[in-house]
This record gives sequence, C-alpha cells and structure tokens, in this order.
Amino acid sequence: MNPAARLIIQRLLLGVLTLLVVSMLIFAAVEFLPGDLAEATLGQEATEETVAAIRRKLGLDRPPVERYFVWLGNLFQGELGVSYANGRDIVEVMGTRAQNTLFLAGMVAIIATPLAVGLGIIAALYRNSYLDRFINLVSLSAISIPEFLIAYLLIVTLSRSGMFPSFVVIDETTSLISRIYQSILPALALTVVVSAHMMRMTRASIINVLASAYVEMAHIKGAPKPAVVVRHALPNALAPIINVIAINLAWLVVGVVVVEVIFVYPGLGQLMVDSVGKRDIPVVQACSLFFASVYIILNLLADIGATLSNPRLRHGR
Amino acid sequence: METLRFARSVPISAWFGFIVILGYIFVALFAPFIAPYGEHEIVGDQYMLWGADHLLGTDNLGRDMLSRILFGARNTIGIALAATVLTFVIGVFLGLLAATMGGIVDQVLSRIVDVMMAIPLFIAALLLLTIVGTSVFNMIAIIAILESTRVYRIARAVARDIVVLDFIEAARLRGERLSYLLVSEILPNITAPLAAEFGLRFCFVFLLIAALSFLGLGIQPPTADWGSMVRENATLITFGDITPLLPAMAIGLLTVAVNFVVDWMLHRASGMQD
Repeated sequence: MNPAARLIIQRLLLGVLTLLVVSMLIFAAVEFLPGDLAEATLGQEATEETVAAIRRKLGLDRPPVERYFVWLGNLFQGELGVSYANGRDIVEVMGTRAQNTLFLAGMVAIIATPLAVGLGIIAALYRNSYLDRFINLVSLSAISIPEFLIAYLLIVTLSRSGMFPSFVVIDETTSLISRIYQSILPALALTVVVSAHMMRMTRASIINVLASAYVEMAHIKGAPKPAVVVRHALPNALAPIINVIAINLAWLVVGVVVVEVIFVYPGLGQLMVDSVGKRDIPVVQACSLFFASVYIILNLLADIGATLSNPRLRHGR
Repeated sequence: METLRFARSVPISAWFGFIVILGYIFVALFAPFIAPYGEHEIVGDQYMLWGADHLLGTDNLGRDMLSRILFGARNTIGIALAATVLTFVIGVFLGLLAATMGGIVDQVLSRIVDVMMAIPLFIAALLLLTIVGTSVFNMIAIIAILESTRVYRIARAVARDIVVLDFIEAARLRGERLSYLLVSEILPNITAPLAAEFGLRFCFVFLLIAALSFLGLGIQPPTADWGSMVRENATLITFGDITPLLPAMAIGLLTVAVNFVVDWMLHRASGMQD
C-alpha cells in the first residue's frame, strides 16, 4: 500500500480512538463528584426517598460502564439530555449556538490565515530587518497581553466612536450582512491573537527551510531569488505551514470562549461559561465534548495535510 | 571586567524585562507600605474619578483603585507562581521517573499524558471546575495537573539524553537509590532548559488564571486580583473610561517582560549569534 495512505488510515484510527477515550474521560469526570448528581441537584434538604427517585429517573442506580454506553448511544442519536438549570433540551439550546460559534471562528479563519501566513513569509524573507523586528515585537505583545484587554481596547477605540456595536444581537432571522457587521469586533479581537501565533510559527518554519542545503545550492547555482522562494523553498515549507494553520484554528475554536463573553456573542463559549457558574453539568459536558471534538478533528486534519504535502510519502518508493 | 562585558552582551529588551520583573516583585512584597489605602477598605463613593485623594479613582464598591492594583500584584502573581511551581513539581518528577525507569512506567505515563493533551486545556479546566466547584485552591490544583503534562514531556525528553550517560550508569552500579538518581544526578543537569520553560509556563498559567478570574471562575472576591478587577469594573469601559483596563495592562506588561527575558535565555542557550 502507498505509505501515505497507510499513515493516514493509521492516523484516522488513532483519531477515532482519541475521541472515544476523551468521551470516556468527560463522562467519567462527573463520577469524581462528591456524592452524585442526584444529591448535587436536589441540595442538602432532600429526603432519601426523593434522592433515590431522582437516581432511578436519571439511571444513576446502574453501574457506570453501562451508563457510559447508554450515554454514548444517546449521543449518536443526537440526544444529550436536558439542562439542570432550566430543563430545556440540550441539543435545542446548543444547535444554533454551535452554528454561531463556528460562524465567528470561520470569519476569523478567513481573515487571519492569509494575513498571518503573508506576514510570516515577509518576516522570514527579510529576517533581522527593521520590518521583521517590528512585526516580531507587535506579535510578541499580542501574544503576551490577555485576550480581554485586546477586546476592550477594540471597544474603546472602535465602538465608542459608534463605528461598530460593542455587543452582538443575532438570531435566525438576522441577515448575513448584519451578522458579519455585528461580528466584526469579536472577529478582530480573535484575529489579533490567532494571527500573532500563526505568524510567529510560519516565520520559524520558513526560516528553517531557508537554512537548508538545497536552498543554498539553488542560490549558488545562480537561480533568481523569487524562483528560489517559490520553486525550492515553498513546496517544502507547505507541510509545516499547513500544520501551523490547523493547529491555530484548533486553538481558535477554544479561544472564542472569552471573546464571546465580552461581546455577549450568543455562542457555545458563552453558554459554557454560564453553565460552569451554575454547575449545570450536562451542558458543560456537552460543550466540552463539542470543543474537544473540533479540536481533535482539526489536529487530525493537520497531520493528514502534512502527510499529503510530503512528496516522499505521497509517491512511495 | 567580566561582569561588565556580560552586562553589555545582554540586549536592551532583556534588560527591560529584568527591570520590570524586579519592579513587580518589589510591589508584590511591599504593597502594604506603598498602597495609600487597605485592600478591602471602602474609602469613597462608587466609581469616583481620578483625583488627589484617589489617584486612579475608586472601583464598583468605592475601594481605592490604585491600592487594589498594588495589592493585586501579590495575589495575582503569588497564585500564578504557586500554580506554576506545583506544575513543575508534578511534571518534572513524573518526567524524570518515566525517563529513568523506562518500560511500563514510561508507557503508562506517556499514554495518559497523550490523552490529556488531546483535550484543549481551557475546556478541560472549565469542565473540572464545574465538577469540583470554583475556589482558588481547586483552580491551582486543576491548572497544575493539566499544565504538568507539557512539563512532563519536556522533562522526560531532556532527561532521556542524560540517563544514557556514563555517570548515571556508574551511579546505578554503585547501587544508588532511585531518589538519589533523580535528585542528585539528573536534576542538576536539566535545570538550564527547564528554567526557560519555567518562564514560558508561568506566562501561560498567569494568562490562564487571569482569563478564568475575568470570567468569574478563578480568584474570588473580595481578593484584589487583576483579572477579576477588570470584570468588576467593566461597565466603565463602555463609557470610555480606561481605568478598569489598567490591571489588564499590568498583566500584559509582566508577561511581555518575562517573554523578553526568556527569549534572551533561549537565544543564549541555542548559541545563535546575530
């Protein structure tokens, strides 16, 4: 079999296994709760009979392994149970919010990826120039300051002047244009953070490639500089760049949490933070599972992309 | 002469970093003597403007903003430092153990770490905080456990290069105990790479705690803490008053400073010259 195909199948199997183990962990985490969910929801004043009744209703009287498989089975049928806080169906609550979160993340990905990769390549080509140093300083600062500071600075500068709203009001009826317009500030805040990381990693991997022997050889044999970059360096830098993009997008999906809270963006991050405060365990579990899955899948895609862009693996021997 | 030459070789950014860090340590240690008012003392009306009595005004409960920022240094940095130290104690110990013992211990620990690292750290922290409840102690423990996976990997990787050297073999043949091998033979040889890692981890933990506190899930009131101070006074920001952002800037400045120093340490360690 083609070595690339074999690697990809291995990686896919490993990914599925990781997802299963992570789902087990997320399920098992609740088992460490002192007492159990029945006691936690009813509080201290509950009589033993009511606690036992709730336990039966929630299925807590059965062994954990059995409950895990029931939970997993329900998950595949799209049933996540109901929220403890308000008794609403979790799938219903999460559905549109997940879409909103992915919409915001997608917007950031579209802005940040070309920006960061472009800046990273420029910084690497003009290494140690003033431009490079300036880009580095800005990106290091952007990484070092808390996300919420970036978000509030954007609010102070761009929202106070009335250009963009500082909080987001969207539902199913909101038009696409208005959706994009309202999401600009949260998207910008995330773009600053994500592109800083992405740019630094791109720069590092390009510098790595430029330092290799075949690039020096191309220079020595007299190839013009643009040709060296485009024909010799870029194809080999592609794998690390694809990796950098996917890793940062995986990080982005998690990074939305704080920004969503600040801009009151109706996404999953905001829901999760609310639910942590209320200790609404099923909702937090469901959100964790969503974020972890997206994260794992993007990392999986990063590895597959890196494998595919490696000519030595693609063609076999 | 030697020290002078060394001092000159240190770039401006690293000097800046050192001085800022020293400043923060000074404020953290001597906050009660510098601060004009107490940490929890209510000294005026809500949201007073900047003035002679209260240089940076007052917060949402009428406490002096400047005093709370100064006291915040010891709380915020202290808690982050405690979490980072605990992270390293767990991570380095397990990493060295895996590298030295190898075999099944190494396999089990490394696979557990692999799975833990597959879950995004912030999400795992939120899930665990829901289960054990939000408190400073819980937060430090959770962050230390989650974050130690990163330290484990580095400690293990660095220690594996040391374990195969002759002096370890000699110590083993002498019949030294495992604890002696870990502490007296291996640990002194891996402190340099771990020092830079400590700086980076501290920044990460510091920002993570700031984010959690900002969300109201970390350091709890009435403790003066930079992350929660931003949250408590956030309403002012929408009126164009940037006072609530000062604690956030204090966080940013310290992280930038630590990063500058770490960058210089890594640069020196890699032997790169401009």
